[in-house]
Amino acid sequence: MHISTDIWIWIAAILTLCIYSFLYKDNPFYKFAEHLLVGVSAGYFFVIYFWNLVVPNLLTPLKTGFGTLFSGGGFTGDLAALVPGILGLIILTRLIPKIAWMSRWAIGFYFGAFQGIIITGYMQAYILAQIYGTFMKGADPVFSIAYFGNFFGDPSWGKVLLAVSGPLMIVGVICTLTYFFFSTEHKGFVGGVAKIGIVFLMIGFGASFGYTVMARVSLLIGRLQFLLRDWLGIIS
Amino acid sequence: MRRELPLAICFIMGLIMTVQFFVPHHYSQWLFDNMLKWLIIVLTFAMILGIGNLVKLHLQKVQHRRRDWLYSIVALFGVTASLVTGFGWGIEADSPFMVLYNYVQIPMQATMFSLLAFYIASAAFRTFRARTVEATLLLVAAVIVMLGRVPLEGIVGRWLPDLAEWILDYPNMAAKRGIMIGIGLGAISTALKIILGIERSWLGGGD
Repeated sequence: MHISTDIWIWIAAILTLCIYSFLYKDNPFYKFAEHLLVGVSAGYFFVIYFWNLVVPNLLTPLKTGFGTLFSGGGFTGDLAALVPGILGLIILTRLIPKIAWMSRWAIGFYFGAFQGIIITGYMQAYILAQIYGTFMKGADPVFSIAYFGNFFGDPSWGKVLLAVSGPLMIVGVICTLTYFFFSTEHKGFVGGVAKIGIVFLMIGFGASFGYTVMARVSLLIGRLQFLLRDWLGIIS
Repeated sequence: MRRELPLAICFIMGLIMTVQFFVPHHYSQWLFDNMLKWLIIVLTFAMILGIGNLVKLHLQKVQHRRRDWLYSIVALFGVTASLVTGFGWGIEADSPFMVLYNYVQIPMQATMFSLLAFYIASAAFRTFRARTVEATLLLVAAVIVMLGRVPLEGIVGRWLPDLAEWILDYPNMAAKRGIMIGIGLGAISTALKIILGIERSWLGGGD
């Protein structure tokens, strides 16, 4: 056993234990850690955004742009950064109740541009790419008679899976979409297809659940390793 | 005018950014690249509002000695510590800001998420019952994926991790794709409603 002498390891360990104390019940130690996490996280994200995004995209271009302008070089593209700068300041009018309505200009700009990007972006990433991925794996089609030919020529589990998986994917996507299609009553053929959709959804939810559980368990193992190895030095 | 002008700005910007995608010109690409940066900058200013509200809320709690006001001091201390170290010493790897991040924020965040391992397990124990075919499928898929992630190769061989991988890659992916296509269609229709001014809740209340 070799207990750490690093003060920061001790702080991290104590805060870890404070949060685990919630497993017993809500208590002052947990509340302390919870509030500290909220505060530190809020500050962290703001600082990271500032240094990584505001400085290179707003402050530096403005400094360069105004530097060129005042040295007689005229207007440059760098001064375009004034647009988000001014919009950002306008959004802060929300803090002054009398002129808070002005913040809607900046919100309208943000929302409009963002929704415009979403229309084409989502069409590509969430619809076209998913349809492509349903039918193709890389440059090869997921469904091919040749896969079945390969299987019958030399039967093996790998080949039967290769032949069946593609069609299964196509059927699964169509059935799942049918389940979410509410313009027609789920009766008869549509009802049957929707029921198969439920089967795929249940397997999907189960798999996602299992995957999430294991991700959380690996985090738990990581924390236990920290406590037992880095802090207490019980394990190596 | 206080509501109409923002709606007009929203419509024009939405239209520009939608049309921009179909214009293969370098000015169009310049607009898209810069717009992404501009939106992030506006978002950062919006974060000032968010942090301002958080600070205001906790300051009021402390000022009026409301319930649990002592914890509000802790939250205020956390914000202040992050901002002071971040702006004072920068964000280099060995800066005080990153020390705070590595030894305060990361351990607490990871522990918070790992807590879910206990609650998810207890919830599963209480609710996972193979009463119907659908529930049984969910249960079986979850168990296979969980066991497939455990290194049991020496005991049961490769078939279990392979089966878990296959479930994740095909039936699970089929359901996910169906859901994602639905999300895509929903997001696009909502975006159109916002651009066209049919959905106006973002304007908020008041004049």
